[in-house]
Amino acid sequence: MKNLLLTFLLLLTMSFGVVASEEIELQEADIDLSDSASLQRGAQHFVTYCLGCHSAKHIRYLRIAVDLGVDQKKVLQEIAPEGASIYDQLHSAMNKHDAEKWFGTQPPDLSLIARSRGADWLYSYLKGYYLDPKSPTGVNNTIFADTAMPNPLWQLQGEQVTEIRKTIYGEQTELVLQEPGTLSEEEFDVFVNDLVGFLVYVGEPVQLERERIGKYVLLFLGLFLVIAYLLKKEYWQDVH
Amino acid sequence: MKPSRLNECGNWVLERFPVTKFWNDHMAHYYAPKNFNFWYFFGSLALLVLVNQILTGILLTMNYKPDAKLAFDSVEYIMRDVPWGWLVRYMHSTGASAFFIVIYLHMFRGIMYGSFKHPRELIWIFGMLLFVALMAEAFMGYLLPWGQMSYWGAQVIISLFSAIPVIGDDLSLWIRGDYVIADATLNRFFAFHVIAVPLVLVMLVFMHIVALHEVGSNNPDGIEIKESKDPWGHPVDGIPFHPYYTVKDIVGVAVFLLFFATVIFYMPEMGGYFLEHANFIPADPMKTPEHIAPVWYFTPFYSILRAIPDKFAGVIAMGGSIVVLFLLPWLDRCKVKSIRYRGGIFKKALFLFVLSFVVLGYLGTQPVTPVATVVARLFTTVYFGFFLLMPLYTRWEKTKPLPKKLTPAHSLEEQLHSLEEQLPAFIEEITTKPHHSEIGDSAFKSSFFSRRPNPEGMAHVITRLAQKVKGSLD
Repeated sequence: MKNLLLTFLLLLTMSFGVVASEEIELQEADIDLSDSASLQRGAQHFVTYCLGCHSAKHIRYLRIAVDLGVDQKKVLQEIAPEGASIYDQLHSAMNKHDAEKWFGTQPPDLSLIARSRGADWLYSYLKGYYLDPKSPTGVNNTIFADTAMPNPLWQLQGEQVTEIRKTIYGEQTELVLQEPGTLSEEEFDVFVNDLVGFLVYVGEPVQLERERIGKYVLLFLGLFLVIAYLLKKEYWQDVH
Repeated sequence: MKPSRLNECGNWVLERFPVTKFWNDHMAHYYAPKNFNFWYFFGSLALLVLVNQILTGILLTMNYKPDAKLAFDSVEYIMRDVPWGWLVRYMHSTGASAFFIVIYLHMFRGIMYGSFKHPRELIWIFGMLLFVALMAEAFMGYLLPWGQMSYWGAQVIISLFSAIPVIGDDLSLWIRGDYVIADATLNRFFAFHVIAVPLVLVMLVFMHIVALHEVGSNNPDGIEIKESKDPWGHPVDGIPFHPYYTVKDIVGVAVFLLFFATVIFYMPEMGGYFLEHANFIPADPMKTPEHIAPVWYFTPFYSILRAIPDKFAGVIAMGGSIVVLFLLPWLDRCKVKSIRYRGGIFKKALFLFVLSFVVLGYLGTQPVTPVATVVARLFTTVYFGFFLLMPLYTRWEKTKPLPKKLTPAHSLEEQLHSLEEQLPAFIEEITTKPHHSEIGDSAFKSSFFSRRPNPEGMAHVITRLAQKVKGSLD
């Protein structure tokens, strides 16, 4: 009986272990949605480097202005592309059929990418490009193998190559910067972090508001619980 | 006093419509056992969640578009542009999971205290029909956001019908209205989700409660309170539902809402269990997600389906895992209702059943591996063993004598008070006083913080606890 139980437990822990080991290790993004300056930089980066191909059709420039506490004119001047209206959604100028011809797939809308992929995944993905002569775009990605997207940030980051190193855990592939870009490594990390922060915000613009309101709701419910409990006690004192 | 106009109007209605009678029959003069404990909150909470789902659902339909081209975007429109739309949507999506949590606990209460036994078999049957209707409601509702998981989850489940011999393919085609999940499917699921199934649910809830109020509520002791009545014909151990249980259930509602609001405002996705990450990608019939998992509340049954090597046999087993629950009142041969007075074999069996349900539920969320399949098969056997061996093991049960009157329930204050009394002795046992020479600093002079952990005492406490747990299973 004891042996049977042990086998059970062993199998159970193994079934946990097998699942855990399959995941790719991600780098952690440091997202602070209350940091408006970071989100503004992220919005600028998004419009400059992403909007050429990707839309974010579920958000408008107006909403960005309101949520980040930025003047509408400033949003139009510093964030939105020229000629955009404050009521516009973040539409891409690229024709979808062209995109399919050029990349073999339509670039997805990025409104919800942070909710489907998660911040850490995006952060690791944008930092995970390396040179790969076998790939049609000349680059490949450690997080998303054979991604159709060429590295949009290569000028900033520089060019990375993979290098295999022997460690006590066996052979490990590491990314090494071969040719530095216009940004230093630290500056590039901040750049990507700002961009991912903006995508997290775009994924659910109401999230800060939601957490702010939540405090009052919980406070009210706490008070309600106290009153409800005292009422119950009052009624039940004669039940024995 | 001269009756006012308002009173006269009220009386005019009351003379023609039996509001008072209804109120008295089901609230003010409905006698419920006075020792309901924690487990008895979930019935009223289920009603609360049902009302929440209906109200938020009505609001959602005002802006949702049941159209394969528009559905996904209309949900995001609700989340972003409709004032308070995000709150209504999260209340609905969290409510769906909350409904199943509440219902699973409600069903567990029924099994634990024998609420399904004579004379309450029909309440259990109505309850099980409710559960099946609820699963249909949840399944069809999950297609509506038209995300990847909505789409592929529905694709997988409906393709199960095609495993049925002879008529299978035609049947699944008929259900979908197309060769794959498509606009036609979305439209009919919308119709079922917002009107057909909710009507059935409300009707069944009504019948569930009418049947309950006919025979009266069970209680943690599993004895019939109607057997001893006072001179006025009221059960000695009963108290009127209103006001006693209305005010008590409000406390339960407040605690429930605290949890509910915490999820809505701080973790609406619940780590991908309440809202799956892949469902934030619009449905794409050309791209199958690498890992299709149903929402958590279906995973125990999904695990059973996957555990069986043959597809059709798997469908039968999955259906069977729900059908056996219907048969529970006739599978259980023990005359004693409550687990408090039942034999150890039932307690152990129930423990294994709960364990198998939880493990199958976990495995259902994970991708298939050879080890996971073996574990799933083992626990599928345990799941069915609990039900199918029941006629045997419940017959041999060594039950304890039943009390004549209800055992009083301990109030929260009494429990806290006894805990408070035991605490000093408990701390005394798991810690020791250090030697005086060890302590130089005056900060360590306080009697509490200067104590050191005592491994011997801790081991003692743990053994005692283990013995207590083991004893309670006999």
